[in-house]
Parts: sequence; structure tokens; C-alpha cells
Amino acid sequence: MELEDIIKDENIVFKKTKLLNDKPLSYCPGCGHGTVHRILMETIEELGIDEETIGIAPVGCAVMAYEFMEIDMQEAAHGRAPALATGIKRVYPNKYVFTYQGDGDLAAIGTAETMHCCNRGENILIIFINNGIYGMTGGQMAPTTLEGAKTSTSPYGRDVSTMGYPIRITELIAQLPAVRYVTRQSVHTPAAVRKAKAAIRKAFEYQSEGKQGTCFIEFLSNCNSGWKMTPAQANKWMEENTFKYYVPGDIKDNFKLLKNPIIE
Amino acid sequence: MSELRLMKGNEALAEAAIRAGVDAYYGYPITPQSEVMEYLMKANPEKTTGMVVLQAESEVASINMVYGAAGAGKMAMTSSSSPGVSLMQEGISYIAGAELPCVVVNVVRGGPGLGTIQPSQADYFQTVKGGGHGDYKLITLAPASVQEMADFMKLAFDLAFKYRNPAMILSDGAIGQMMEKVELFDPVPRRTDEKVAEQCPWATTGRKRGTQKRVITSLRLVASVQEEFNIKLQNKYKEIQEKEVRSEMLQCDDAEFVIVAYGSSARTSMKAVQIAREHGLKVGLLRPQTLWPFPSKQIETLINNGVKGFLSVEMSAGQMVEDVKLAANGGAKVEHYGRMGGVIASPSDIYEALKKFAK
Repeated sequence: MELEDIIKDENIVFKKTKLLNDKPLSYCPGCGHGTVHRILMETIEELGIDEETIGIAPVGCAVMAYEFMEIDMQEAAHGRAPALATGIKRVYPNKYVFTYQGDGDLAAIGTAETMHCCNRGENILIIFINNGIYGMTGGQMAPTTLEGAKTSTSPYGRDVSTMGYPIRITELIAQLPAVRYVTRQSVHTPAAVRKAKAAIRKAFEYQSEGKQGTCFIEFLSNCNSGWKMTPAQANKWMEENTFKYYVPGDIKDNFKLLKNPIIE
Repeated sequence: MSELRLMKGNEALAEAAIRAGVDAYYGYPITPQSEVMEYLMKANPEKTTGMVVLQAESEVASINMVYGAAGAGKMAMTSSSSPGVSLMQEGISYIAGAELPCVVVNVVRGGPGLGTIQPSQADYFQTVKGGGHGDYKLITLAPASVQEMADFMKLAFDLAFKYRNPAMILSDGAIGQMMEKVELFDPVPRRTDEKVAEQCPWATTGRKRGTQKRVITSLRLVASVQEEFNIKLQNKYKEIQEKEVRSEMLQCDDAEFVIVAYGSSARTSMKAVQIAREHGLKVGLLRPQTLWPFPSKQIETLINNGVKGFLSVEMSAGQMVEDVKLAANGGAKVEHYGRMGGVIASPSDIYEALKKFAK
């Protein structure tokens, strides 16, 4: 049997989504960004909503997300993605809008825009990548950096008495009545990827119903280069440390707060 | 049918926005321009034209909502006053860098800092010399009446879309708050989505299969690409400078001295010109309606016609006077007269300054 006989449409059991191009990703190998890009674009393709979707890229490691995602996109100033998304969604209420933001973008400089977008219940999806560090600028402390963690701007470890506590912004957002769906996911194992993708799908399905209600998905990711570990070590460290403080799982669904150890 | 009404400047501007077919207003309250959003909220155009009116959490959010809607090809605007416009500078720079058409209104009050809530013109530099970072220009319209508050709303959007460039209406607290007769233009329907698609082939409205994706960004990491873009911007600005200067001249035909003034200062200066003429001084008024592009050629022409000096009258420490000097290029005497911090110079104050200047 020749290769040409095998490569036929009917034999294909898997192929890469057309909504991600072939440009080499600008992310470090082993980082969660690439996987989240992939499942986000796969979901948009599977739902067939690519012609009606507008994405917002942040400032941070994903600043060039629009270079890889083959849909219409806007690039926001640092932290302002939810304001751009609001601006678009209000004039195009029937289109799908998502933001893609990191922890510095969403939970530090853009806290006001994030909270108020969610408080108005803008019918959009916010994707929040939390790796507990500023990756793009070279490993500085993030609002989500764990207590004691060493970064280039907390070289002796994060001292909560002067630097504040790592912020659980996802739990804060879940408290807002206009927020419909809040979940914390990760993409560090195949099982986690499948769950994460289902969460994205659910968020877009909610958005398609055209009701008020923001959907918010946090993705815990390693930052292996920033944490100065191998990808495998970083994932293990994340499971052992990050997951204890930022507990994975659904926090709110269909406007109802779920059982959550942090909230309780 | 056009309609005659007695309105505040801020209200006339808001009504004109609805009539101009604007798609979205995003704003945050601040004195002395809160009437803009109040008027829009009360008029509730979402029910009539479909125009969105949203009170944002800050001026930072407002200008970025404008970015989003403008990037999707819609007619989007915001309004504020000086401290709020300072907060918007980041967004304005990004909008200029992404070449998005939109309108920002600044009803200027006295500064610096929280300053006063009285009228001022001290944001001239911020508006026409940059404000935000990077080499960019705002098409800047300066209304001197309630009528122009209404008319410039439409003009600002026309110019913004013609050049894919942000436009600023630089008003002041007096023009915003005072009531005058205004003839409102006939309403223009909002553009349909089809019309938006036709007019804005760059807008992000969802990528149609088989077409190229559209990206709205101001990021150009490669230096040569950024420079190429900057050259393109400068060429656009040159074209605007050549084609879009607007100004009005009053009694300049035989003038030996000319006051240069815009907005409220132009109104008080008109009276000062009258007083000066009654006292035998041959004085005229040049009123820039566009501050950028600045009417430099008009100043050159006046010098060629024998004008000996220009007195720049502003509610500031002297900002526009620098552009008057650049335009005069040593061909005539140029000085500034102004009051600051929310104080309006009276016509007699200006006349006294003029007498000294003309000696």
C-alpha cells in the first residue's frame, strides 16, 4: 500500500484545526499557551462559529496570538481587552467575542476592566491564563505568584507582608451576580485537556443563547522557563503547589455558585 | 427637516451624535461635560436609531471600548473633560497606531491636576502635539458656538472615516455649558452592517471563509516595519494638512493686527475687535476651526497682505502662540495674551492687551 492510498479523507481520524496556522508558536516548549490556543481554535471550528467570532489578544506572552489564530482579532493595550470586547459585543450582540489574557494583564493592570466587564455581565468569554509569573518580560512577580515564590522582582521569595497575597481573582469574579460560568482548568495532562475543551465549548454555547452573563475560564499553566524548571518538573510542581492554592474545578455554573473549598 | 432649538453646547453635541447616525457612545461622567451622557441616556437612542450608550467604569475603559467598536467598523465616540482625557491618552495613542476612526470630545477645564471646573484652553498642547506616546496626530476641531458643537460632530466623523484617523472635538467649559440657538441637521440613518462592510474592508467583524483574516493592532515589532508604518502615517498627515484646514476670518481685509483665537476666546475676541475698530485700530480676527491641521497658510497670506502682528488670545499660558510663531516664521510680531485657571478674559481685557501690542 502506498502512502497516497492511506492519505485520503475517509481515513483521516484526526487533523489540526484550520484555524491555527503553521507559524511556529512564540511560546516556550511545554507551556500551556500552545495547547489552549489549539483547543480554543478547535472548539470554534467544531461549533462552526469562526465567521462570527472576534478575539482580543492581550499584552503579555500571548500578545501575538493573532499571528497564529486564523480569525478576526484585535490587539488590546495592556489590561484593556475586556473593554475592547465590551465595545465590540455591544455593537455586534450576535457575534461571538472572547478575550485571551494572562495574569498580569487580567489580575493586575486590567483588574478594573475585568471586574466591571464581568459585573455588567457582558455576554463574552474571558480566557485567563494563570502561570503565576510575568513570562514575556522575563520572569517578574505576578499578582498570582505564590507566597514565597522567587521571581526576578521577588528574589528572596514573595513576602506577603509587603507584596500582598496571590490574588484569587477567579473566586472574586464568581461572586458577581451577572457572571454565568466560572471554572478553573489546566492543560497539563490529556485528561485535563479534554475537560478544558469541554469547558470552552460550554462557554461558547452559553454565549450563543444571547443572554447576559459572562463566562470566565481560568487555565492554570506552568511557566517552565520562568520557573526555571523542565516542562515535566514544572507540571509536577504546579500539581503539588499551584493546585493547592488555586483549586481546579467548576466554581460557578448557570449563575449558581458551586461547592468550592476556597469560597467556603 | 432641520430643527431650531435652544440648547446647551453639550446637549447639542449629544443630539447631533444621534442625528449623525453614531453607533456607540462610551463615557464616564465628569464636569463640565456630564450633560453629554445624561442627554443621551435620557434620549435613549437604543430604542430609536439603535445607538448604544454605555456608562463605563472609567475613561480608560471608555476609550478602549471605543477602540473595540471602531475596530469593528462602527461609528464610536466618547466625551470627557481634561483630567479624564489625560486618562485616555494611552488609548488614543493605540487608536492612532491602529488607524481607527473615532471621535473624542474634550470639554476643557482648568488644570493642571484636578484643577477647576471652569473653562480653559490649556489642553491645546496635549491635543495637537501628541498627548499620548509616539508620532501621531489628531484631527482637531475647535467649536466656538453651540451651533458648531452640533455641526462638528458630523464633520469629525466624516474626517475620521475619510482618513482612518481619530478626531478630537476640542471644546471648553463655556461652549459646553452655554445655551444658544442651534439649527440641528436632519438625522442620518445609522449605517447597515452591509454598508459598514463596504466602507471598512479592514474591520474585524468575523472572518468569512476563503478570505484573509483581519487584525487590528498597533504592534509592529520589526523596526523597519514600524518605520514604514510611521512614514505612511506622516504621508497621511501631510495630506490632511493640505486638504482639511478650516478657519474663519473676521475683518482681516484691511487689518494691520490680527487676533488669533479659537473656541470661547474667539467669541470674546470678536467683541474686542469691535471695540478696537470703534477706537480706530485696524484689527481683525483669525479663528482656526481646525487646530490640527493648523491654518499656517492663512497666517502667511495675512502677512503678505500687510499684517504687522498677531496676538494669540488663549485661556492658557500661551500654547497655540507657538504655532502662530512657527507659521509667521519671523514675518510678523507674535505675542500671547491670556488668562488661566478657568478665568475668561473679557473683551475689554483683550482690547487693553491689543492696544499695548499695537504700539
